Amino acid sequence: MTDQPPKMAVTFKINGKAQALMLDTRTTLLDALRDHVGLMGTKKGCDHGQCGACTVLVNGTRINSCLSLAVMHEGDAVTTIEGLGTPEDLHPMQAAFVKHDGFQCGYCTPGQICSAVAVLEEIKAGIPSHVQGDVSGTPEMTVLEMRERMSGNICRCGAYSNIAEAMAEVAGVRIAETHEAKMRDGEVRA
Amino acid sequence: MKAFTYERAKTPAAAAAAVAGHKGGKFIAGGTNLLDLMKLEIETPTHLVDVQDLGLDKIEETAEGGLRIGTLVSNTALAADARVRRDYGVLTRAIVAGASGQLRNKATTGGNLLQRTRCPYFYDTNQACNKRKPGSGCAAIGGFSRQLGVIGTSDACIATHPSDMAIALRVLDAAVETVDASGATRSVPIGEFHRLPGDTPHVENVLQRGELITSVTLPKPLGGRHFYHKVRDRASYAFALVSVAAVLNEDGSGRVAFGGVAPKPWRVEAADAKMRSGASAVARTAFADARPTHENAFKVTLAERTLAAVMQENRA
Ligand SMILES: Cc1cc2nc3c(=O)[nH]c(=O)nc-3n(C[C@H](O)[C@H](O)[C@H](O)COP(=O)(O)OP(=O)(O)OC[C@H]3O[C@@H](n4cnc5c(N)ncnc54)[C@H](O)[C@@H]3O)c2cc1C
Ligand code: SF4
Ligand code: FES
Ligand code: FES
Repeated sequence: MTDQPPKMAVTFKINGKAQALMLDTRTTLLDALRDHVGLMGTKKGCDHGQCGACTVLVNGTRINSCLSLAVMHEGDAVTTIEGLGTPEDLHPMQAAFVKHDGFQCGYCTPGQICSAVAVLEEIKAGIPSHVQGDVSGTPEMTVLEMRERMSGNICRCGAYSNIAEAMAEVAGVRIAETHEAKMRDGEVRA
Repeated sequence: MKAFTYERAKTPAAAAAAVAGHKGGKFIAGGTNLLDLMKLEIETPTHLVDVQDLGLDKIEETAEGGLRIGTLVSNTALAADARVRRDYGVLTRAIVAGASGQLRNKATTGGNLLQRTRCPYFYDTNQACNKRKPGSGCAAIGGFSRQLGVIGTSDACIATHPSDMAIALRVLDAAVETVDASGATRSVPIGEFHRLPGDTPHVENVLQRGELITSVTLPKPLGGRHFYHKVRDRASYAFALVSVAAVLNEDGSGRVAFGGVAPKPWRVEAADAKMRSGASAVARTAFADARPTHENAFKVTLAERTLAAVMQENRA
């Protein structure tokens, strides 16, 4: 090993724009986005895969950017909260979070929104979940499914119910108002 | 994190040779466990060999009527495969009961089997831990041991293996296929893959230095009803206190493996034979040699009751 920590070149697309960086091999994708590309939307909550604040989409799939090395993403296409929409042209999920107050402090929000967008795609793609009755069948677009699939995104402000409402609206699912109605709809267990 | 050099290997044998040829070399797949531990300097590789380009990301049918799962198949892709959902439901159920959607998208088949324990004293570098630092002692014995193992443990280490997927693979009698730097391959039954701690808890499996997992094979479908019941402190995104992977037939016979209780997926074939005599008969046999601590003795009871619940569901 040399005296200087090893550096490597990496080229990937961030929000559609090519980025060529020379990075210490230890740099996570999260730190590359924030400290080298200057995109501060993606947040560092725990840096250990436990909170979901760093969730981004890589080639359309959601991952924790804190548990991935930047150099492992040569040639990949990364989408962050800044790439989903802009203040003038919000992504429908961003607009729904604003409408339903899906946040308080906002720290977890970029990760929540990236995750929420991917969750709806994962349900549509038939990826099974823990709350699915019969895993050989197709998962349904229900609030119960969405909540289970969002469990990797922690919100210390507890905005969960409003996040669920925002997601339900984008998914076109009616959200049951009362506990009894939720039980009837199978959204919560007795 | 300690500094390291990094390369992307092009073939399985080249990857194996790259790790074998570097003192301090290690494979990296999804990175979700290794990077976590590297940040804490519990793992300190000096050279990382990335295996993502090896083409081991397919699920193929075997000549025996089973499946060969490439080591790089993500946990999400494995759980979602139509053949797995139809014929090996216990495996899909176990995978989706673990970690989070984001983590399962990155986690790989081989990486999941090799993830390290979640013993809190292993993670806390200020504590004595024979697994992290051989010979330093074990802070968990006599410490907070509620989450730790009740059977297969030793005086040197009472940690559990945390994988949910591995419990299902054990009940399915999967095998782990490997290649080494010389190109030699072998197949290890899952029951012989993880090692009990004895007085060397840092040696967790039978892999040699530089030996690469290439795939995991499943025998032909067992039929029966498939169950994975995981009991944990919250309903999602938490490791198991106890889990039960079971494949049961209509007459009540079948097989079971337990998670959250031991340093490896815990299956006792003699206990399987008691399946029709009820959960307590099975648990008495499977946990006959249990040595719980005062804080985790509840796990033995919990395992029996979780199995009883599974058996009841099978009858329903
Ligand atoms: C917050 C959190 C919660 C979690 N909850 C759960 C849970 O509830 N249940 C559960 O089961 N898991 C859980 N996990 C663990 C997760 O499943 C593992 O981190 C993941 O499966 C590891 O796979 P990987 O591909 O990322 O491995 P990596 O981190 O890339 O590698 C892990 C180890 O395997 C070695 N390795 C990888 N591939 C090979 C190969 N082909 N041949 C030889 N060696 C190899 C590496 O050198 C390394 O030592 C959780 C993780 C986190 C961070
Ligand atoms: S139980 Fe094992 S992993 Fe935990 S502190 Fe003791 S030696 Fe370390
Ligand atoms: S910062 Fe990545 S999961 Fe918390
Ligand atoms: S809005 Fe504050 S942590 Fe979620």
